[in-house]
Amino acid sequence: MSALVPTDLAALTVESAPVAMQQGAWERVRRNLSVRIGGFMLALLVMIALVAPWLGTVDPTLFDPASRDLLPGRTGEITTLEGETREHRFLMGSDSFGRDIYSRVLYGTQVSLIVGVCTAIVAMAAGIALGLFAGTFRAADGVLMRVMDGVMAIPAILIAIALVAMWRGSLLTVVVAIAIPEIPRVTRLVRSLVLSIREEPYVEAAVSLGTPRWRIMLRHILPNTVAPLVVQATFICAAGILTESILSFLGVGLPPDIPTWGNVMAEGRAQFNEYPHNIFFPGLFLALTVLAVNMLGDGLRDTLDPKLAKRI
Amino acid sequence: MSAPILELHDLTIALPPGGERPHAVRNVSFAVAGGEVVCLVGESGSGKSVIAQAVMGLLPKALPVEGGRIVLQGEDITHASAARLRELRATRMSMVFQEPMTALNPVMTCGDQIDEVLRRHTALSSAERRAKVHGIVREVLLPDPERIVESYPHQLSGGQRQRIVIAMALVLDPVLLIADEPTTALDVTTQAQILKLVLELQQRRGAGVLFITHDFGVVAEVAHRVAVLRTGELVELGAKHAVLQRPQHGYTRMLIASVPTLQLKERASDPNAPLVLQVKSLDKTYRDRRFLGKRRSVHAAQDVNLEIRRGQTLGIVGESGSGKSTVARCIVRLIDPSGGSVLLGAGRDDIALMSHRALRPLRRRVQIVFQDPYRSLNPRRTVAQALIEGPVNYGLSTEEAMQRARRLLELVRMDAGAMERYPHQFSGGQRQRICIARALMMEPELLIADEAVSALDVSVQAQVLALFEEIRARLDLAMLFITHDLRVASQVCDQLAVMSGGRIVEYGPAHQVFGAPQHAYTRALFAAAPGRGYAFGTA
Amino acid sequence: MYGFLARRLLATLPVLLVVALLVFLMLRLTPGDPAAVIAGDAATTEQIAQIRSSLGLDRSIPEQFAIWFGRLLSGDLGQSFYYKTAVTTLIGQRLEPTLSLALVTITIAVLVAVPLGVLAAWKSGGWLDRGLMAFSVLGFSVPVFVLAYLLIWLVSLQLGWLPVQGYRRLADGIGPWLEHLLLPAITLSLIFIALIARVTRASVLETLGEDYIRTARAKGLPEGTVLVRHALANAAVPIVTVIGIGIALLIGGVVVTESVYAIPGLGRLTVDAVLARDFPTIQGVILLFSFVYVMVNLLVDLSYVFFDPRIRY
Repeated sequence: MSALVPTDLAALTVESAPVAMQQGAWERVRRNLSVRIGGFMLALLVMIALVAPWLGTVDPTLFDPASRDLLPGRTGEITTLEGETREHRFLMGSDSFGRDIYSRVLYGTQVSLIVGVCTAIVAMAAGIALGLFAGTFRAADGVLMRVMDGVMAIPAILIAIALVAMWRGSLLTVVVAIAIPEIPRVTRLVRSLVLSIREEPYVEAAVSLGTPRWRIMLRHILPNTVAPLVVQATFICAAGILTESILSFLGVGLPPDIPTWGNVMAEGRAQFNEYPHNIFFPGLFLALTVLAVNMLGDGLRDTLDPKLAKRI
Repeated sequence: MSAPILELHDLTIALPPGGERPHAVRNVSFAVAGGEVVCLVGESGSGKSVIAQAVMGLLPKALPVEGGRIVLQGEDITHASAARLRELRATRMSMVFQEPMTALNPVMTCGDQIDEVLRRHTALSSAERRAKVHGIVREVLLPDPERIVESYPHQLSGGQRQRIVIAMALVLDPVLLIADEPTTALDVTTQAQILKLVLELQQRRGAGVLFITHDFGVVAEVAHRVAVLRTGELVELGAKHAVLQRPQHGYTRMLIASVPTLQLKERASDPNAPLVLQVKSLDKTYRDRRFLGKRRSVHAAQDVNLEIRRGQTLGIVGESGSGKSTVARCIVRLIDPSGGSVLLGAGRDDIALMSHRALRPLRRRVQIVFQDPYRSLNPRRTVAQALIEGPVNYGLSTEEAMQRARRLLELVRMDAGAMERYPHQFSGGQRQRICIARALMMEPELLIADEAVSALDVSVQAQVLALFEEIRARLDLAMLFITHDLRVASQVCDQLAVMSGGRIVEYGPAHQVFGAPQHAYTRALFAAAPGRGYAFGTA
Repeated sequence: MYGFLARRLLATLPVLLVVALLVFLMLRLTPGDPAAVIAGDAATTEQIAQIRSSLGLDRSIPEQFAIWFGRLLSGDLGQSFYYKTAVTTLIGQRLEPTLSLALVTITIAVLVAVPLGVLAAWKSGGWLDRGLMAFSVLGFSVPVFVLAYLLIWLVSLQLGWLPVQGYRRLADGIGPWLEHLLLPAITLSLIFIALIARVTRASVLETLGEDYIRTARAKGLPEGTVLVRHALANAAVPIVTVIGIGIALLIGGVVVTESVYAIPGLGRLTVDAVLARDFPTIQGVILLFSFVYVMVNLLVDLSYVFFDPRIRY
């Protein structure tokens, strides 16, 4: 469209808003179907994670060899830490140690959500810092982006696997190992946002009004990057949850005593043929959680940042 | 004039719910006969493009035809099937669009794209088709048809691409040609050539032309009859001279009155007023540094000399690529010049090559208003915040800044209630006023307007130009006015500089440059301005 | 055009260098002593010291890198601690299964995803479009290994149509080769299809909004021509680009898929090497995968020359 005269059709058929929208943005977000469904599912899962101890679960590390490999719905016995044995209904069955899958899956929700959120925070923080740096200082830009390209050239999972294997699996190392491959994407996004917003006339106006660089960054550039960054953060969260489960499943993730979905599935692998419930229940929860986060992210992207929507 | 080719009877097209009005167009009726050019005029949002696309059957589903009829050579095509419409397109009716740069498929050769039309609608052999393609390319006055046919669109200029589009439209001799602002995105000189081409082709073939435009100068050049559209309704219809010289309807009269004529207003200016700006030998060269591949230097501005005195307006006129914007941005130091000096005010401070830190205190003395009102204000900051940002940077207290903001909003004829609102709540013209107020908040010595009215409708444009004049007079400001539109320049400028290819080719008092242009380019520029010399009137 | 080609080729070199550096650093900066790991539990201090000097671990880090890199360039990826054979031999043995899986997966994915994406974009807002968007979100969300088990349970265990696990060499007949690869390939291709279909749809949709599509329709061309010659032809570049980028996803998926389906390929090798802390093998495999990824993307970039005449001239 020529900048000289807006064409009739565009002027008539409404909306198509500029980079950041004020009124109605929050409204649109709330009304979007993806956001509603995804948000609702996510809220539900967070609830489950928070009230897991009161949802009829037992300590997920408790086991009883007498209750090995029970099919879902069967009752068996479980021995508490104090030594007493009582009856327990294994809603999702038990694994080959006699542990309650139901409890392990519900407690696993906590771990997965924490990993997802922490990964997103770490990756975003590092990515934003690096991206701002690259977008502002031309000199550093070239070298930094080459390094980012290098990191992106190594498939993310391999980096994560290698790093966790080196550093011994703990929550911290897993989060950092998963976050590191996600950083280049965020850096690139922030950098390109900074570069493009810098070209906007209102930023140029600020320069001619004598506004110092740091204030321009804080007041004009950063606020207009929030929308795409929020969208990116949700996708990183989803990737984090997924990657953590893959790592655990392969045996290179969190230590086996922490109940994560990946760990539960790893332990159930060998008996999949006869006892598929070891895989299916955690798998279902995993899929639903990642789905919820992805839907939320999709919805946010469609409402907050139509330009990014075109780039996937 | 012969039998009508196109007839519109009470055409009504609905808009999706929630739009600014229920109908895009309502009860529009007019006809286009063979051999005549009907200009459909209106401002943005008037619905003229909608009518054009409705005739071709290219409207999206969101805009259904609710009532009325479209009749092409006696056939009612209002609700014709998609297949029938496809048959009619290019054979009986064709359309040329506004943006030649994006109208052609980038991955197909120009020849193939013209050939496509022939392949689809005729049964000619490939040799016959090739001959026809070469023929039409020659007819649209493109040099070296062999090369053009093999070229891809990106290898051609905007004017050349538009000729290809015209070629595609006319190769099968349709009886109706619809041209939707075909020259708006082109330079003045190219525009003149394309207009001439369209007229010639039309006369040779006796086709009817529906010519859509917002530019009355173009109307004066090409029209036989004129239809004026306002917010979807036809307010005036008649022969060209009748409408342009004795307009009946109030809206038409207002539009015509807003058209800046090339008549210069008498302006008194004092040759001894103090110098506000003096530019000497300004240079800006871009060096394209590629690792492998040609190293190119582009001289965006070369050896530019100019001066502006207090209370005067200097206009820089030129086509796109002439370097006028580059000069403006160098002066306000949004770009760093490669050489030369930019001397500000009585103290003759040379800001051309100053460091950014040293520059800061001097920035307040030169302020700029940009072209695009929709991108000149941070959408997340209120008008008040936008206005006080500048002065607060220089130490003014917030309360004082707010007071000054209120005063200036009044000066630009905006209601003080605007302070708490956000940019998206205002129209383009209003936003531009806010930007002007923002610039004036700094109490500058020099105000630069970089194509500041180009993106505005004609009526709004007239108001904003009047505002600029008023401000200049009231505050005794010096102004640098950048524009590509000669008529706008004639309204506000005391002195005029004409730029081409990075250099100033003519410079002098406005009445001298307009009255007796020396340089060949200036003369060509003036000659190309559509509708010049036409005596628009208001009854 | 030649400038473009040369520049792209040269641009890959720094990236490959950074990759080599990162891989080297990743594994050097770990706690624990590789020499002790090799020597085993019963080794004496002298034996460990001897192994350390033979591995060059007593030199400075930059020196080590130089030596390592030099060997890398001559094709020597070192000796596996665990398998006691040259890493290159190991890789050679495991190459065919992974390559087969990758090729079958990509073929399925592209053949299914691109037409789906084009149709979804054409009938934007219709049931196909909505269905595709929903499906693609699912595709991104269900983890590969969960899907794998689901398919195994359904197709192999319940229905018995395809074998559960394992791999048959191509040399042993194309029937069994395909039979054993089909389920893993379908599993893996699902996420690839989701990605490619989405980008195809987005890209074609964006292209359909361009002015030249309007011109094409104004010329009375049939919709099929408009879709293929005008829309898809211009949408090709982002689609091909995402296929290249998707290779990274593919590699990640291969690791897991081979694990579940017990295919003796490079993915399995990676996991086994990591569990055994076999550094040279880990390095070798990561280097190989990264190199392949960079090369594939280079080819993708070079293919732009065919798709976009603006680069040619």
